[in-house]
Amino acid sequence: MKKYWRLFSVGIQNTLVYRANFLFRSVFGLIPLFATLSLWRAVYAGKQGDIAGYTLGSMISYYLVVTIVDALTAVTEDDWQIAGDIRGGQLSQLLLKPLDHLAYRLTLYAAGRVVFVVCAIVPVGVFIFFHREHLVVPADALTFGAFLISLVLTAFLQFFISYTMALLAFWVLEVSTFIFILYSFEYIAGGHLFPLDILPPVLVKALHYTPFPYELFFPVNVYLGRVTGEALWKGLLIQFCWVAVAYLAARFVWARGVRHYGAVGG
Amino acid sequence: MLLRRYASIYSALWKNSVSREMAFKVNFLLWIIVDLLWFTLQICFFSVIYSHTDKIGDWSKWEVILLAGAGNFIQQIFVALFQTNMVHMSEHVRTGRLDFLLLLPVNTRFIVSLRQPDLNAYVTGALAVAVMVYAGVRLELSPSPAAIAGFLVLCAAGVLIHYSMMFMISCACFWTVRAEGIVWGYYHLLQVSRQPDAAFSGAFRIFFTFVVPMILVANVPAKLLADKIKSPFEMLLLLGMSGVMFLMSEAVWRYSMKRYRSASS
Repeated sequence: MKKYWRLFSVGIQNTLVYRANFLFRSVFGLIPLFATLSLWRAVYAGKQGDIAGYTLGSMISYYLVVTIVDALTAVTEDDWQIAGDIRGGQLSQLLLKPLDHLAYRLTLYAAGRVVFVVCAIVPVGVFIFFHREHLVVPADALTFGAFLISLVLTAFLQFFISYTMALLAFWVLEVSTFIFILYSFEYIAGGHLFPLDILPPVLVKALHYTPFPYELFFPVNVYLGRVTGEALWKGLLIQFCWVAVAYLAARFVWARGVRHYGAVGG
Repeated sequence: MLLRRYASIYSALWKNSVSREMAFKVNFLLWIIVDLLWFTLQICFFSVIYSHTDKIGDWSKWEVILLAGAGNFIQQIFVALFQTNMVHMSEHVRTGRLDFLLLLPVNTRFIVSLRQPDLNAYVTGALAVAVMVYAGVRLELSPSPAAIAGFLVLCAAGVLIHYSMMFMISCACFWTVRAEGIVWGYYHLLQVSRQPDAAFSGAFRIFFTFVVPMILVANVPAKLLADKIKSPFEMLLLLGMSGVMFLMSEAVWRYSMKRYRSASS
């Protein structure tokens, strides 16, 4: 365990190099968010009543919580680095170290998130401050606790899925296309672009058979108190199951991939 | 004479690109799928919104889809001609490869900007045109040849704005060396260009019209096709801003070149 703590602090020092990059990323990332909020304002200005239970205010709160959850859990550079290591042969020297690769990458992911949050806290904070009337706090301690649990599960789920995807680099030369295809599904089916429950109910139900809503939509809904009681515990259980499935997939693909590994340049 | 020389250089670059792409055929197809997915995603987003409302400002559903098509078309032409080269610029500076490009007997900005065309963007660009045509049919538009010509001129101005902006951003690599992060940041701005202008107001609208003219790029050409232009001033503004942006990018380029001190030698 101690070596992973060392690794965590090395990871933080390494990612600090990219602090300006992270700052740019978080500032630029707010522009489309702002544009989306303006779009919704124009939509609500032209009609009466709410949209699938969302008033303008609750729509804005939805996007604010999405931004927070995304900053805390998004996988940004990790998948590219994992694939790059495999393709470039740098993986060989990692294999020689007494580290478990999955735990190694997970530690670096955690370190990267810490640095990102520190960099993004000012721009995101200012943005939220300007929309503070719409930022709701969880209804009670229980809701907040459930949110924290599902937040951690979301982080694991996102990481394991991206990790498994990046491991495709063992078999194909260029994984960027696969990573982008996965991104696009996460973006729309995860609830990044709009709250999923404004879709037709059949579609919402179908989407809940995939892991995507549990990557973002579910924790956001828990935070906003839109899932309660039995649905909450069931949801957490399903989310946990997806994490377990993604973990096993990651282990399985790694075991197969390492046997296939050609150590280019090594 | 000069023009013919540059045309023959460009055709050589094209041939190069074709043979490179044909070496990775599957990848070529996969990139087209990726672009299509993201384009579909935008259209889904607007379809979902319009399943709950009839109008955003004064924009109807098919007008917005026409706009998304025009925005995507302009973006794909920009990608086809310039994008890869913009991303590579910081690589040229960091490794000192820019020295070799400077030695070539052609205009350096020409070769830096156009060296590697991106062929699959032509395919996705063509699909954007198909979407525009379909939206146009649904809107029962029948634009005159003059309107179509005007549309193409305005699209060219939009491409010029994307190119000039991105070129200026890439020039940051003469200072920071690693500018990829900043270059990719531009993609967030592109999202603004595909939204109806009626959604924006206040300082945001002024900034993205007069400082970073993102709102003009696709809105003005789409409005011309959909017969929504209120005054010719809008078109003049787009043309004027594209000229200003291009001149600014030239100034930034000259200033950056003065600063270049080669990395390798």
